[in-house]
Amino acid sequence: MGNAPFLKTDPLEVDNTDFEVRSLDAMCVNEMQKDEPMLYNLKYLAVGIVFGIVLVKAEIISWFRIQEMFRLQSFHMYGVIGSAVIVGMVSVLLIKKLNLKTIYGEPISIHPKKFNKGQVFGGLMFGFGWAITGACPGPLFAQIGSGATVIAVTLLSAIAGTWVYGKFRDKLPH
Amino acid sequence: MNFLDWLRQPWPWYVAGPLIGLTVPILLIMGNKSFGVSSSLRHICAACIPAKIPFFHYDWKKEIWNLFFVSGILLGGIIAAQFLADPSPIAVNANLVNELGKYGIADYHGLLPTEVFSWQQLFTIRGLIMMVGGGFLVGFGTRYAGGCTSGHSIMGLSTLQWPSLVATCCFMAGGFIMANFILPLILSL
Repeated sequence: MGNAPFLKTDPLEVDNTDFEVRSLDAMCVNEMQKDEPMLYNLKYLAVGIVFGIVLVKAEIISWFRIQEMFRLQSFHMYGVIGSAVIVGMVSVLLIKKLNLKTIYGEPISIHPKKFNKGQVFGGLMFGFGWAITGACPGPLFAQIGSGATVIAVTLLSAIAGTWVYGKFRDKLPH
Repeated sequence: MNFLDWLRQPWPWYVAGPLIGLTVPILLIMGNKSFGVSSSLRHICAACIPAKIPFFHYDWKKEIWNLFFVSGILLGGIIAAQFLADPSPIAVNANLVNELGKYGIADYHGLLPTEVFSWQQLFTIRGLIMMVGGGFLVGFGTRYAGGCTSGHSIMGLSTLQWPSLVATCCFMAGGFIMANFILPLILSL
């Protein structure tokens, strides 16, 4: 494949609101212009595998570590999240300063997030759920993988929660 | 001690945190992907049960990378448990051991206490509230908030987005309220 410019060839592009819909209340939106062949997605699987191993081995998916965190009985989780944020921040700063591109040569773009009341109400609800289950969404997948098969029920319930949110989204304060 | 034995010990925060932080630039450089996990739940809804809900009508295949990513997390969990498991029980703060003892929790061999999280407990009131109710709150809350610990606390804070700081503070506030004031009542059931 050459370095042909990524022309917008879709005649419906003007009316295409797909990105707007996809980015509604979503943090991780694909900003890539180019379409990747399905198999190329395996690289994200590989990143996920490493991430999953880290979640298990650093006991981030442990219910006990989460209880310690919310009772200020251990520094562990604060160390994990704090150092992750610092490394992430410095990396993003470097990407911007050095004007780094993706491996496909596209400029890296980060979608800015608008404030809405959901971040408060939803945030509190998620906090409740996090303290009960000892898991955020990522750890749910890792807990199931690590052998706690009953957490598949918790994951299904989380999917149901997301669905119910989508169903009543218009009626909730944002 | 050989390399595998060394890997089997619990990893300290200063190894895990930076590795997680590096996920942010890796995903951006691989293909302009913003690190986040909770959106995968929405894509599953969009793919399987969109009904007639506009929130689930979008081209979810465009976000299929996210489903590959979470499948990787599941596989990573399997690999870590099969090949890198640490046989000794998890070391927990003595005050927590004391408190949990009152609720009949004494098994520290797994990542989750089997006295609460197991198939046998699923149909008890405590099990239902914690596994089904807790999961529902995680799914509803993260989507309402527009992200979870990865999307808001790591990705959002890394890119200096103040709404993510608000969200992170609310996650923590919710967690503190639940763990210290409400969870003790649920665990006593």
